[in-house]
Order: sequence, then C-alpha cells, then structure tokens
Amino acid sequence: MSSAVILQGNFPIPEDRRNQLQQLATELNREQLLWLSGYFAGAAAATPSGIPAFTENLPGASRAHAPQLQQFVPPTPVQAAAPAAAATPAPSLTIISASHTGNGRKISEKLLAAVQALGIQARMIKAGDYQPREIAKEKLLYVVISTHGDGDPPDEARGIYEFLGTKRAPQLPELQYSVLSLGDSSYPKFCEAGRVVDERLAKLGAKRLLPRVDCDVDFEKLASTWAEDALARVREVADKFKPAGGPAFATAPAAAAAPAIAELKREQPATAEVLANQRIVGRGALREVRHVELSFPGLGNLYKAGDALGIVHRNPDSAIEAVLKATKLDGSTAVTRDGKTHTLLEWLRDERELTRIARPLLTQIAERSKADLSDLLDTRNTAALTKLTATSQVADVLARYPAEWSADALVSALRPVHGRVYSIASSPAAVGDEAHLTVAVVGSDTDRKLLAGAASSFVVNTPVDSQVQVWIERNDRFRVPADGARDIIMIGPGTGVAPFRGFVQEREAVGATGRNWLFYGGRSLYHDFLYQLEWQQALKRNSLHRLDVAFSRDQEQKIYVQHRIKEAGKELFSWLSNGAYLYVCGDATAMAPDVNAALLAVAAEQGGMDADDAQAWVADLTADGRYLRDVY
Amino acid sequence: MSTEVLDRPASNVAPKLQPESAVEKIKKASRGLRGTLVESLHDPLTGAIRESDTQLIKFHGSYMQDDRDLRAEREHQKLEPAYSFMIRTRTPGGVVTPKQWQDLTKIARTYANQTLRLTTRQAFQFHGVIKKDLKKTMQAMNATLIDSIAACGDVNRNVMGSANPVESKLHQDVYDWSVKISEHLKPKTRAYHEIWLDGEKLVGPAEEEPILGPVYLPRKFKTGIVVPPHNDVDVFSQDLGFIAILDREGVDEGALLGFNLVVGGGLGATHGEPQTFPRIGDVIGFLTPEQTLKVAETVVMIQRDFGDRTDRKHARLKYTIADRGIEWFKGELFKRLGYELPPARPYKFTTQGDRFGWLRGHDGRWHLTLRIESGRVADRPGALHLTGLEKIAQIHQGDFRLTGNQNLIIANVPADQCMKIDQLVADHGLGKALFMTPVRRDALACVSLPTCGLAMAEAERYLPSFTERVEGVLAKHGLKDIPLTVRITGCPNGCARPYLAEIALIGRAPGRYTLRLGGDATGERLNVIYRDNIDENAILTVLDELIGKYARERESEERFGDFLWRNHVLTAEKRA
Repeated sequence: MSSAVILQGNFPIPEDRRNQLQQLATELNREQLLWLSGYFAGAAAATPSGIPAFTENLPGASRAHAPQLQQFVPPTPVQAAAPAAAATPAPSLTIISASHTGNGRKISEKLLAAVQALGIQARMIKAGDYQPREIAKEKLLYVVISTHGDGDPPDEARGIYEFLGTKRAPQLPELQYSVLSLGDSSYPKFCEAGRVVDERLAKLGAKRLLPRVDCDVDFEKLASTWAEDALARVREVADKFKPAGGPAFATAPAAAAAPAIAELKREQPATAEVLANQRIVGRGALREVRHVELSFPGLGNLYKAGDALGIVHRNPDSAIEAVLKATKLDGSTAVTRDGKTHTLLEWLRDERELTRIARPLLTQIAERSKADLSDLLDTRNTAALTKLTATSQVADVLARYPAEWSADALVSALRPVHGRVYSIASSPAAVGDEAHLTVAVVGSDTDRKLLAGAASSFVVNTPVDSQVQVWIERNDRFRVPADGARDIIMIGPGTGVAPFRGFVQEREAVGATGRNWLFYGGRSLYHDFLYQLEWQQALKRNSLHRLDVAFSRDQEQKIYVQHRIKEAGKELFSWLSNGAYLYVCGDATAMAPDVNAALLAVAAEQGGMDADDAQAWVADLTADGRYLRDVY
Repeated sequence: MSTEVLDRPASNVAPKLQPESAVEKIKKASRGLRGTLVESLHDPLTGAIRESDTQLIKFHGSYMQDDRDLRAEREHQKLEPAYSFMIRTRTPGGVVTPKQWQDLTKIARTYANQTLRLTTRQAFQFHGVIKKDLKKTMQAMNATLIDSIAACGDVNRNVMGSANPVESKLHQDVYDWSVKISEHLKPKTRAYHEIWLDGEKLVGPAEEEPILGPVYLPRKFKTGIVVPPHNDVDVFSQDLGFIAILDREGVDEGALLGFNLVVGGGLGATHGEPQTFPRIGDVIGFLTPEQTLKVAETVVMIQRDFGDRTDRKHARLKYTIADRGIEWFKGELFKRLGYELPPARPYKFTTQGDRFGWLRGHDGRWHLTLRIESGRVADRPGALHLTGLEKIAQIHQGDFRLTGNQNLIIANVPADQCMKIDQLVADHGLGKALFMTPVRRDALACVSLPTCGLAMAEAERYLPSFTERVEGVLAKHGLKDIPLTVRITGCPNGCARPYLAEIALIGRAPGRYTLRLGGDATGERLNVIYRDNIDENAILTVLDELIGKYARERESEERFGDFLWRNHVLTAEKRA
C-alpha cells in the first residue's frame, strides 16, 4: 500500500473524480500505480473512443520480486490493449504459490512459463500478495502450497487459507482448480494445508481439474508429473475457447523473472570455509547452541538478511552402523537408484535421511515385519507418531521391528537426505562475505538425548578452517521493510533470534531510521541469552531501541515472550498502528500460535475490539505484509 | 609497640587541589545510598547492576562480583560475565544463635553457592547470589534478625570483639560494646529497609547523618575490641581499636575498667605505590567504658572531616594520621572531646591465634574452637562441614562465635552436651585441628579467585597446597610442630591481614607473589617485603634457606619472625 497521495493545486479534474482518484491511489501498490501511469498516458494518446480495456492482469504478482522494481517498465497500455474479438472472454489461469522455502515458487514459475509458452494467458501470484476476495473472479486456479509446523500453511498463505474457511467465502461454481501439496511425512500432519485448501475449494462448489497430489520432501518427481497434467488440462480448457484459425489468447509478456542476485542452489552447493564455530550458551544451558561463521568470496552477494543457509552433511558413522546392524545388511553392496550407483554405506552416509522417521518407512516396516503399526500410521490420531519421532531415529525403529531387507529396498524406503537449513544470523551489509548461523544442537537437550540430530551434530563437529558445502534458501518474504523509516518488532525466542541479528545488523549498516524492538526468550538469563553482549552493545549504540526478555525458568511461573507481548501491549499496539512491521521467527508448534494469540489479545485490549475485529485486524496486518513469520 | 619508624613525615598536609574522587560524587548524588539500585535490580537484560550502583551496594553489605574462572569463556560465548553478589553480614563480635546458624545455612543452600564463609572480621559471607535472588536473600537474613547494613562501603564496618571463650562475663561485656559501637556508628539512612525490605519510600531529602555526614566517610573504617593477652582481632590493624583493661587487683576482679584507645591502624596497600603502606595503630590513651561511644564517634568524625577524598588509595585514617602526625590527631581529638585522655594502661599480648579444642569457661560451661580452613564452611566429600554444623546447631543450647581468624567456637555448651557435639564433630570431619600442624591450623587466606574482583593471584584455593609445602620444609629441618603464621591474600588490600604474619604471600599475578617476612606472634609488628614478584619455587627456596638457618641458630622458644630480625636477615631499611 502506498502512502497517501495528496492531490492539490489547480487541475482540471472535478472534485468527485479527484476523490475517486485519491481513493484509488491509496489502495494500489507501487507497481500497480506505475502500471496505471502508463495506462493513463496510453489513454491520453488514444482517441476518446479508444480507451483501452484492461485485458492484462495487474502486475501484483511480481511484487515479491523486489529486485525487479528498479527495472520495472510499465507495459504500454496501447500495446497491451488488444481486446479480443471473440465474444466470450477466455478464462485466464492464476497460479497461487504459497511456500516458505521457494520450492513451491520454483514449481509455479516453471508451470507458468510452460503455460505462457502455449500462448495462454496466465499469471503467477504469491499467496501473500493475493487479495482473498479475488477468488470469486477466478475461473482457472492452481494452488501450490506447502505445510509447516503443526499442519499450518505458510504464513503468506494464511490470509487466503483462513478466508476460504469462513462464512464470507463466496460460492465458486465457475472455478476449476487443482492443488499441489508439499510436505514432510516425518511430521504428523503431512500435507495438511494442501488438503484443507483442496477440501475448502471443493466445498465452495469448485471443480477439480485434476486430483490433489501430496509430495514428500523428495517432491521433484511427483511435482513434475502434476505440473505436466496441469498443463495438459489448461490446454484442454483453452482449446474449447479457441476460435477456428487463431489463438484465443493474447500472448502475455513473459515475466522478466531474472533474479537480481544469483542463486546458490542445493543441487550445486558451494564450498565455504568455517571461520568460527563456538558454543554460545553458558555451562548451565540445557541445550547446546553454537554460533557458526562461514565464508567464501562472493557469499555476501548471494544472500540477504532473512534468508536461510543449508549445509550438506554426512550422517555419523554411529547412525550408519546402527542401521546396518538392524537390517543385517552389508555396507559394501552396490545399489543403483535414480541413475546413481553407490555402495549402501555411501547411500546411507551421503544420500539418505537417518534421523527423522517418515511414514513411507513405517509403511515398509509394517509390510515387511508384519508388525501392527496401525496406531503409528493413523492419519487422524497422530499422537503415537509424534511421540515416536520425538524419541527415536531410523535405526531405532528398524531394530525394534526386525524384518528381511534388501539393500535396494532399504535405500528406496528411506527418504533422500536434504540437509538442514538454518536461518542466517547476519547481514552482508555488516559482515561482507560471511554468513553467520545460530545452530541449536538437536539431542543436546538433556531430556532428548536419544535424538542426536545428524545435521547439527555434523555442525558441532566441523572445526574452524575446515570446509563445508552450502547453499542458500531464499526467503524473499522475510525481509526488513524496504522503507527504512518503518519501525520493526521482532519476536525471536531461542534460535529464532537468528534472523533478527541479521536484521539489526542490516538496519544499522544501511542507516535505517525506524526503531528496532526485539522480544527474546530463553530458559535462563545466565545461560542461554543468545548474543547477550551484542544486544547490550546494540542498545547502547541505539541500533536496537527496545529489548524485552522472558526467561522461562528464572522464576516459579514460566514466562514466555507472549507474556511480555501482552505486558507491552499498549506500546506494541501503538507501534503497529503507526505502520510497524511485526516479525516472528522460531518454533511453529507452540510459540507461534501463542504469540498470535497474544497479538489478538493486545488488539482486543488496546484497540477495544471484539474477537472478530481483532482477527480481522491481525488478518489485515498479514494482508498488508506487515505480520511476517518464519516458523518451523 | 613499634610505631616509631612507621610514620611518614607530616609534610603533605596542605589541602590538595585535586578533584574529589568519582566515588565521592556517586555518594553525594545517591540520596542516602539509594542511587538507582531499584532500577538496577529490575533491569532484566543483565545480571549486573549499574556501575554507580556497584559502589552504593557496598554500603548495603554487598559486592558485585563475577566468576573469573568463566570470564574469558563467557565472553567467547557472547555472554556477559557470570555476575553474582557477595553479601556480608553485620554481626558485631561474630555471635549468632543456633537458630540463626540454621537459617544462615538454609540461605546458603537456597540462594548462595552452598557455602558459608566466615571472614577475618567475624562476619558471614554468602557468595554467588544472583541478582534476582538478592532481595530474597536480604529478606531471609532479616527474618532471622541479621542485616548487612554497612558491612562494606565507606562506613564503620562490622565491629570485631575478642572471641574470648573462657571469661564469660568479660566476653559478654566486649560483645555488648561491639554491638553498641556498631549501632551507634551505623548510617541513619533508611535506604536498606526501603530497597531490600520494602520499607516505606522516602519522600524529600535524604536522612541526616550526624556522625558520618552526607557523603559518608572517605574510605572504609574498621573497629575492633580486644581482650589481652590474645590479639585475635589484630587490634593494631584497626582504624579504631579498643584494648580491654581489666580490674586485676580490685574488689571486682575481672571487671572491665575501660579501654586503651588505638587509632590509625590499617593494612591495605597498592603494589609499587610507595604512598600506600600498611600501618600499625597508635595507642594514645585510656578511656572509661562510659566514654566509649563519644570517643568512637569523635574519631570517626575527625576522619570524616580530614580524610583524603581525592585519592581513595590514600583515604584511610592511617594516612590522615601519618600525614598530619599523631600529636595533631590527639590534639584534635582532645579538643573535640573537651578533655584529654589519661595515658594508656599497661597490657601484654602473647598470641594472635585461636585456642583449639575444648576449653572450660569460668562459669563451668564448655567452649569448643573448631578450625575452619579459610573460613569456608562447605560440604565436601568426606568433610560435610555445612551439614555437620547444621546438625550441631539443631541440638546446641549455647551460641556460635566466629573468631577473627576465620574459625568457629561452639560456645556455652553444658557439660552433658559435650559428648553429643563431639560425636557430630567427629562424624563430619570437623575436629581435625588437633591433629594439624600449627602452621596449617593458624594459616589464613582471603577469598580471592575466582570470586573477588580485586584478586591477582590465588589465595583460598592455594592455601592448602602451600601450607603443605611449608610443612614439608619445616619437617625437613625438624620443625614440624613449631608455631608459625602464614597468611595469603590475592591482592595487597589485606583482607587476611597478611602484613602481620611471619610469612605472607601477597598476590601479584597468577602464580606470583610478593613474599613478606617478619611479623611477630602477637600482631604488633609489620612484616617487610623480602622478595617481590616471585613464583612458588623461588618462595620455597627462600623459605628452605631461612628455615634451615632458623633451625640451626634459633634461641629457645624464639619465633621465626623474631629470629629474622635478630639475625639482621631483615632490617628496618627494608620496611616498605
């Protein structure tokens, strides 16, 4: 939303029209306004009867591609105005992409390009930019959506996700759609968000063009099959409108999707040097947390504060040995899969997930061992699975339910390893070609000794001066405001504070004038106040303006960040009412919902709202792109 | 008595033009020692308090410290130092009831580091209390009727009194006077009650301080009362000392006639700064009991008015007297009193140390003095001292008395209780003193690393191994059982009164010490620097040589410190 445009002085537009314009101007975003400026110029150049019709979708979809703004050239309305001669306007395709990691965006972009290559009008829009009420006008819709935390949609999709479940949602008898759902079967509510969207659309009367597909972390194959089918169906629909002898659709200009910064992909990781790897919690901390600094020339150009960094890791020998022992397999057996041939040991070490237990493995185990795992595989009641994944690793279940395995079968039952990504805790504006990470060592928790996280224990054991393979996961949604004058509120307990270290570095380095307010939470002031010295110094330098902390175990009653949010409700509400951005990072299952509830309570109390209004207020913040979450 | 060569020429009496020290400004702005302590306590982002408040909290009996063993490690962890607080009690004369002992033990277990530390000034110290528990600790102390007001800071500190176990009536008199003096010289501000005990908030200007004045004293001020012949309070190290004079011949034999007045003692010094030095107090007259409070108050007020407020290293009464001369001081005192004090009465000291084991008092009750090494009461494997003393406190019907040598007297035990207490003492490894060599039994050490912010080298943690090595040297020369005082401090401030020991180590740097030799057995003569900044090997080489010489050439009953002077190993020129 742009700030108010003031129309004043003498100009030849009557007052009522002026008000309409002003109204319009305040409702549109920057790109839409730029586009309109071109549109009006084109209209002025045309004859009075030749005012162009809006045949293009407004370019809201590209809003997320912030780097493109500089090069953005409004399409010339005269050219764009190519009203179809056909009486029936052909439906255009909308692809809504909703994902945290960028996988969904990549799939959507590919599909969009393929559709447009057929000359079919289509747009791709990120869920965060989508106005939920637009759904009523859609005829053809594909949704690519991932699931996070406890069956939650990505934050950017919360607006549309929730809207579809409310009574305000319109009936959609005209709509044809399909959902591609991305998830991780090691979480109990696998692909929940996609399932819900699919069902809600169906309930509103929309028709499935093709059935929903649920993909696990090795999504590539299933996703490209779905995309091929999706493309075919769109073509079929379009063909129905195709008049003899010519294309029905105006060719949409190909989106200039060249990213401003080169991407460092998981498939082609880069080699980084470890500059630092140190424990940053005190001796009394229940869980080990490490600060890791990585670097290679040019790294600073490959990420921004808010992005995540992945580390390619190898499984520890102990985990591999445990799997081989449980399956009585020989590690030297050659296994060929996906066109690659390695020994079983190599598969287990470099290519397969040995920490988290996923459903496909349990299904295989159930088949082979004839054990009754129905309570673990129950999709409605996931308590048993949750408990299992919290306390056991792959080798544990293989040992618990002995069965006959072949090396091939085992490799196929196990999920490909994907490495772990960590929110980057630095800004290139401050640290140049370094990237800093804040890594909680899974399994260092005394009450979860069993779960020695393969990735984090790999990180722990990576010495300074050694090298690791890394990639960057872009998170374009989770950025400091482009407008440095905006205030920001950051809620990041535990290692959730990582991106905010980057944000504060960034805002200080670029001289942002807005205020920075951090909420931090841990167990104890003495042992796990991550980056305590840096925050104290930032407060002194005025690069951090307020810091509220909650240490759960420093008093009888447990106090968490949400309590501090409520205590600071008055100021928080005032900051947000004045345009501040609110960021949340960290635990998705408990913290994020609690923080959300606290926010609703603040809105109710400070804004005098009832529950519905408070919901709407928070929804508006989200829709406004001012309530951003990176939770996991 | 040996004050003759110690006074510096009284040349430096012209008023100084230097600005007052930073601490003076903090005190002045503190509204009766309140400062911003409440705000500091509520700051959730740090375990520390504001810098100015670290000065003020001393007046409330607490020091901010940090675990120095963890300093570098925590900086690497991007964490602030592991701040915690030491709290020192105001326990005049070092007497507590069994109930209080139990309560203090409970506090140590709940809020501190599970130890009690008995200090060389007959106070208890809690260590390792974190900020959020400070107030709770103060309140728990208050609940058992113990406070920490003025236990540290530029005020009259805990008043010492000889822990005389035998003469019960006299001990009671001395104890009563220590309490009266402590109360009389205590700050009048209600800041302590306001901040720690939720007392009513002050509105308007701070309370009047008729004795201490609005900016309190220029520096710490120490008072002690001693009963000859045992100089267990090291009365010549006090700013203000009272030597009890008894009626030895009259009808009321054993009654307190009055006190000899001692002024201007003090031990702290700074390495390499010759304008700082330890000093033995001057005995300047005799006073009757009823004159005690007036005299005490007047000495304090002279120091208040004439003490150096520009340089804290030069601000104790000893420097005021050294600079202006003892005759000036007497003149000022007598002028303010409106009368002169008659000459001091004769007295004689024979020892500095404690008398260990059971002693029978004049009234037939029994007193057991236990050795507590470095004053640290802790539960350690095979020596559950904290638990043992707690159990004793549960059955004990008399009282507990801390000695000025960091030891403990289980006092006023009826005869039929002795066996029970003996059993508990034996069960908890508390009775080892009788089997120790005298050198180990009488050794003192300050807290030092890792707790004290001033420490430059180990003291408490080094004492056991150092005394063992000294024992080795003594044994080698056939002197295993001779009495010998050894004291170690981590810095030159003098908390374990090292300047009065026959052998003293004063911390310079990790593993390195200044070796001072030549104190006497009664706390009446300062030792002198024999070697500066040397390590353990060098120290032991020196001691081996000198103790060997002592073994060969000493006279009967001659103490090591006296021997060194008689043989001119030490000379007056060395006094520095």
